Amino acid sequence: MALSPRVREPENREQLCCTFASRYVRDSVPKFTMPEKSIPKDAAYQIINDELMLDGAPRLNLASFVTTWMEPEVDKLIMASLNKNYVDMDEYPVTTELQNRCVNMIAHLFNAPIGEDETAVGVGTVGSSEAIMLAGLAFKRKWQIKRKSEGKPYDKPNIVTGANVQVCWEKFARYFEVELKEVKLSEGCYVMDPKKAVELVDENTICVAAILGSTLTGEFEDVKLLNELLTEKNKETGWDTPIHVDAASGGFIAPFLSPDLVWDFRLPLVKSINVSGHKYGLVYPGVGWVVWRSKDDLPDDLVFHINYLGTDQPTFTLNFSKGSSQIIAQYYQFIRLGFEGYKNIMENCMENARILKEGIERTGRFNILSKDVGVPVVAMSLKDSSQHTVFEISDHLRRFGWIVPAYSMPPDVQHVAVLRVVIREDFSRSLAERLMSDIEKVVQLLDILPSPLPLKAANVSTIANDSDHHHKVKKSEMEIQAEVLEFWKRLVDGRRTGAC
Amino acid sequence: MVLSKTSSQTDVSVHSTFASRYVRASLPRFKMPEESIPKEAAFQIINDELMLDGNPRLNLASFVTTWMEPECDKLIMSAINKNYVDMDEYPVTTELQNRCVNMIAHLFNAPLGDSETAVGVGTVGSSEAIMLAGLAFKRRWQNKRRAEGKPIDKPNIVTGANVQVCWEKFARYFEVELKEVKLRDGYYVMDPEKAVEMVDENTICVAAILGSTLNGEFEDVKLLNDLLTKKNSETGWDTPIHVDAASGGFIAPFIYPELEWDFRLPLVKSINVSGHKYGLVYAGIGWVIWRSKEDLPEELIFHINYLGADQPTFTLNFSKGSSQVIAQYYQLIRLGYEGYRNVMENCRDNMIVLKDGLEKTGRFNIVSKDDGVPLVAFSLKDNHSFNEFQISDLLRRFGWIVPAYTMPPDAQHVTVLRVVIREDFSRTLAERLVLDIQKVVHELELLPPRAVAEQHNEVGTNGRVVVCKKSELETQREITDVWKKFVSMRKKNNEKMSGVC
Repeated sequence: MALSPRVREPENREQLCCTFASRYVRDSVPKFTMPEKSIPKDAAYQIINDELMLDGAPRLNLASFVTTWMEPEVDKLIMASLNKNYVDMDEYPVTTELQNRCVNMIAHLFNAPIGEDETAVGVGTVGSSEAIMLAGLAFKRKWQIKRKSEGKPYDKPNIVTGANVQVCWEKFARYFEVELKEVKLSEGCYVMDPKKAVELVDENTICVAAILGSTLTGEFEDVKLLNELLTEKNKETGWDTPIHVDAASGGFIAPFLSPDLVWDFRLPLVKSINVSGHKYGLVYPGVGWVVWRSKDDLPDDLVFHINYLGTDQPTFTLNFSKGSSQIIAQYYQFIRLGFEGYKNIMENCMENARILKEGIERTGRFNILSKDVGVPVVAMSLKDSSQHTVFEISDHLRRFGWIVPAYSMPPDVQHVAVLRVVIREDFSRSLAERLMSDIEKVVQLLDILPSPLPLKAANVSTIANDSDHHHKVKKSEMEIQAEVLEFWKRLVDGRRTGAC
Repeated sequence: MVLSKTSSQTDVSVHSTFASRYVRASLPRFKMPEESIPKEAAFQIINDELMLDGNPRLNLASFVTTWMEPECDKLIMSAINKNYVDMDEYPVTTELQNRCVNMIAHLFNAPLGDSETAVGVGTVGSSEAIMLAGLAFKRRWQNKRRAEGKPIDKPNIVTGANVQVCWEKFARYFEVELKEVKLRDGYYVMDPEKAVEMVDENTICVAAILGSTLNGEFEDVKLLNDLLTKKNSETGWDTPIHVDAASGGFIAPFIYPELEWDFRLPLVKSINVSGHKYGLVYAGIGWVIWRSKEDLPEELIFHINYLGADQPTFTLNFSKGSSQVIAQYYQLIRLGYEGYRNVMENCRDNMIVLKDGLEKTGRFNIVSKDDGVPLVAFSLKDNHSFNEFQISDLLRRFGWIVPAYTMPPDAQHVTVLRVVIREDFSRTLAERLVLDIQKVVHELELLPPRAVAEQHNEVGTNGRVVVCKKSELETQREITDVWKKFVSMRKKNNEKMSGVC
């Protein structure tokens, strides 16, 4: 009798099953503790990939200035340098050299007063936050040294900025124990007023920070005027207060679109400038730059010379180990695009911004707060926000896939709320036209919907002084929800759903 | 008459990259070029220059991960354009970070209830993590002192002299005094007794290192905890401990689970670990975990209305890539506890292989311990004829990057070579390295003794025999002669000429 051999079970059955049939994707993924056992790499990849499908689409994220598209050639370079730890300067000398070249190129772009044989003083960082902290630290230390030599107290440093500063200035102030003196905004003037700023300067001011490309409206602050007024005050007081320009967004726009705008090292009081490589430097998130006017503006005792892994390495950054990919990508962009390439891209962005702005003006519902000169953004507020708010528009636009943020302005203009669309390199004209038509759809939709005022009072905590409330009877939450549901039902029955 | 057209100057897609004028002309170094160039040329130019960088996987100096599975590369590339800080736009990525924080907190035995979420954050590396932890300690100490009506202008922190440079940075940038416990011959980590002696009322915390950069040793955190508890009960100062587990945090839980160093010790209030070291992720990610909400002062946390939504944030960096966070989560679920343990045991085994091989040569003292981070730190038994720096130099010829450095005070006379065993340093590579080290030592023996008196930058003297200085030209001639003899000898014996590239 022939004994038919049993087919032996292969050791690792999992390899026979397709990924979606395996037990790995059927079981719940551990969330708070590490799983005991390993799982096959395909399953791990698939699980994570599937969850991430529910993230927003980066390119439709019109809230962010940060680059969301680069040419495929760069991807190759990025992948090849993923495993290079940037800080190993001795092991990766070429990568370090590329950083130095970038620093020099940016310094020249900003007209730093560098001689023929001199190298620029600057460093690559992980973003403008780190760049600003380094610049602020340098100012703080210089000021302390000066005050100590004068025998004066140095325990209460402060910094003067506009209330429109990005949060990293507030972080710097809080973490490094510097007082933040903010120039309040006023209706129609959504940037720092140079006159008021100079008034706030006192003997404890370590620097005045001007923004080239305000986060809120994209406007460029008048650094030239600030320089003039501050020079005058310095002469009277003898305090020698310097300026820092936060050119996070504007640093890669102004030199190409408005070369005659004097805002950089051409102004004598400007001692350091930061710019985000990952905004209009057109690199993926993770790289910023800070450049100092000269060696004297960077106190030597802040620079570390260390014997790390065998050689001397000078370092002035907050982060130590980090990837090299973004630095290489930045260098790629510089040599690939050159001056002409950047100019073309920025002109294109401004053109698309103009088209979007005109389309929105044509609806007749919006005021445009952003200026024509500045970062290519379109910031708009509703002419009439008694029935609906920009927050609702923002919500509805999500349905179409667009992420358009709505936010209220800082003091003293908290009653103004804006929608803001950032035009990046990859926001083409056809996308602009599509966005316009979707905004029109939403506006028409809101005309039909009832104004959810009590709901608004509950949700929207940042709009103050809404005086329309007091004569409306407050409904219960259930009633409101039922009403809204009714309308939506009617709406959906009446028409087909829009694009996702 | 037909007018013949020349191919246009700008039609470079017709030309092969290496024939085009873009690679023939010198690249601008300090100023942006005026014109654009085609992307293929740009790629090629940069790619070619980068060939001269060291090979990351042969860089035995670094703890930082140099290899990940290709599946992870796919995830990394698809997340490269996600700005991590847009929490509202990328909620899943944010969720993944939270899960990693919780997993790591549980790994470190944080005292969390069943439904409690851990307090921690992902950072760009241990440097940022340490600065955040230090800031939290400083602020807590200031609040406490202010409430007691005492001065707050002189905070200090107690560490060993073997700390990594980021502690010195923290001290200098955030104006905290650094009180270092000096090392001594044979004892290259912080001595807990001496550390506790240095604690005073202005000490914001004592920082212990799990996995010293120099020799991989784990400091005795338990002893520190016991001694400091005693001192606290005497003085009433309540000084806490921070554990810098940059390297050791992903090793100790897997191969030394009984070692008590983490939140099981009551005085440990925060721990940092580098995801990009033995967390097995590419460079650019670290983690810091606090014991509980009370250990992170609320005033340091920012709630901002950025791009339309409320986002709580406590990091130094704002915008950054999301890839490494996703890669960390991939590793945690892909490998799981068992996988990490296997990898760490493998590293440890390879470390033993390398160590045994070096001991067998009879020339080296092994300075590193068996328990600790898998690395081998070794010094020459006899460094009169040649020293560790020369060995390091010559090893480069074979492609290996093995650093040599002197110990910090008070052990500056000790020089070590250090090889870090990472996940991708296999047993065959270990055996090959031993062979190459033997070759190098052999070569160095043939050179005239100490012809060059100049050394790499060392701190202080190293108590060696001083040879009378020759002129540079004489020295060069001597060395050339020896090499000539060497090469001709080899040719005679028909040995292979060149080593591994």
